[in-house]
Amino acid sequence: MSAGLVEVHGVHKSYGTLEVLAGIDLVVQPGEVTVVIGPSGSGKSTLLRVINHLERVDRGFVAVGGEVVGYERRGDTLRELREKEVLRQRTRIGFVFQSFNLFPHLTVLENLLEAPVHAQGRPRREVEAEARVLLERVGLSDKADARPRQLSGGQQQRVAIARALATKPEVLLFDEPTSALDPELVGEVLDVIKDLAHSGTTLVVVTHEMGFARELADTVVFMDGGRIVEQGPPAQVLDHPQQARTRAFLDKVL
Amino acid sequence: MSVFQDESRLLAPPPVQPERGGDAATLAWLRVVPTRHPGRWLATAVVAVLLAMVVSSLVTNDRWQWSVVAQYLTWPSVLTGLWGTLRLTFAAAVIGFGLGTVLALMRLSRSPLLRSVAWGYTWVFRSVPLILQLLLWYNLAYLYPEISFGIPFGPAFTEVDTLSIVGKFGAAVLGLGLSQAAYSAEIVRAGILGVDQGQHEAAAALGIPRARQQLRIVLPQAMRTIVPTSINEIIGLVKGTSVVYVLAYGELFYTVGVIYGRNLKVVPLLMVAAIWYLIITTVLTVGQYYLERHYAKGALRTLPPTPVQRLRWTAVSLVSRVSGRPLPASVPPAYAARSTLGGHLFRTGSTVPPRDDVGSGP
Repeated sequence: MSAGLVEVHGVHKSYGTLEVLAGIDLVVQPGEVTVVIGPSGSGKSTLLRVINHLERVDRGFVAVGGEVVGYERRGDTLRELREKEVLRQRTRIGFVFQSFNLFPHLTVLENLLEAPVHAQGRPRREVEAEARVLLERVGLSDKADARPRQLSGGQQQRVAIARALATKPEVLLFDEPTSALDPELVGEVLDVIKDLAHSGTTLVVVTHEMGFARELADTVVFMDGGRIVEQGPPAQVLDHPQQARTRAFLDKVL
Repeated sequence: MSVFQDESRLLAPPPVQPERGGDAATLAWLRVVPTRHPGRWLATAVVAVLLAMVVSSLVTNDRWQWSVVAQYLTWPSVLTGLWGTLRLTFAAAVIGFGLGTVLALMRLSRSPLLRSVAWGYTWVFRSVPLILQLLLWYNLAYLYPEISFGIPFGPAFTEVDTLSIVGKFGAAVLGLGLSQAAYSAEIVRAGILGVDQGQHEAAAALGIPRARQQLRIVLPQAMRTIVPTSINEIIGLVKGTSVVYVLAYGELFYTVGVIYGRNLKVVPLLMVAAIWYLIITTVLTVGQYYLERHYAKGALRTLPPTPVQRLRWTAVSLVSRVSGRPLPASVPPAYAARSTLGGHLFRTGSTVPPRDDVGSGP
């Protein structure tokens, strides 16, 4: 059973002449929590965006649950998928943005229903019942009819997490989920993510919250200059880094 | 004034602390004097005099012939002309904005052919003067006496006489609508580009089908910028229909022209047309207000009150002040605090921050 397995093989990605990902190899086991750390510009966000094919890779490939993302394997060839099929694949990969990106003109509940009903074509009644359970899980069952701008940043991010969960993805990607929040609101969002960490969904989290990495990560990945410099359990990478660059970075942030 | 105060400080000891407004309990009882604006009063007086001059000349100069204006305002043929203008505007707006939206989506598509066709369309129709386009459409029957429907380059199913489809009204609607489409395409495109890139990304990341991404997620948010400019365009279109007089189509302006051509009451009849254009524009402006309000949902935390609500709240707070009864809960406290009566600022203690200049008058 490979549901939730994320494989990244030899991925290269450049913007113009700038090489953002310079050969990334990474395997995330199903149900594991992987935290990606590193200085800004190291390619962390691009790696996440490559996993759900928001960015196309130049070389290499990404597979989620054993299925290549954005391509279809036919014998010796990888055929590029049509947009419609890519969109279908994305419903299995949840994405939480740093800036929430909730749809401001829709209510909280409508934000949650949009993808399951219109991307997955599931019956609205069934989805709505699930959505209300999800809202309760993130502690916002009373906000179903509010619009995003009426909520605090922390509440908005919790809605965004519930929205990402609504399609029942096997993998959840978090792109600096607490970086746009006031310090006092960070905790409530991290609590929700912690809750998810024990639920069996595979999580890949880009973050600067070292405490979170230490407490919950199965694997910590340190990136710099588009490469993975070092990876391993938090006790090893955060407390006994082998590489000088990792030590230099940790000295600055810890 | 500050110099004067400084001197007074030299002559006499500074006032004792409580009088300068130290403790909050005394402050709460002091009368609040709003800031005076002498410059504003002067400007208001000047404008009021100018306004009075305009109004009095409108009333006293009998060459305006207001009785004739009143007589023709609801004249049957004028109303028929008005109906022609409304019909033209509506049809041209539907074609203009329908086609314009399609063109905007084509401009933003990933197909180079669709993009260039849309670009070319906008280029041509924005470049050629409207009046020339109208005359060209009117002469369509000369270029193509018959129009056939069928398989392109293949057999035709049916053929019709061009004039039976593109008459005066058809030519006018085509001319106005097609050229409007070129302008609306740019408005819609600008609106779509104005929506945060994160919205496109979030919709794509959720796997929402592309058509729905545009129609449900992006366009409703784009409407916030599209609506004001579009109403502006439609108001332009209302008046633009008057150009159609070159085709001798019976819209408002042409009709009025025909009437004053016969009875020579040029100015009163021009005023008749002007009044009707004013009325149409007024209705559209009111519509714009409520449309903008509708699309502001989600963009604003609380919607501003409508004029009707404001009127009602003013009346309610006036009544409660005269009768001394407390304000009903339906009136927002911030609003009640802002409303003024006879220059006295009506405050509710907690909404106004303490001021340290209270009591230190000249």
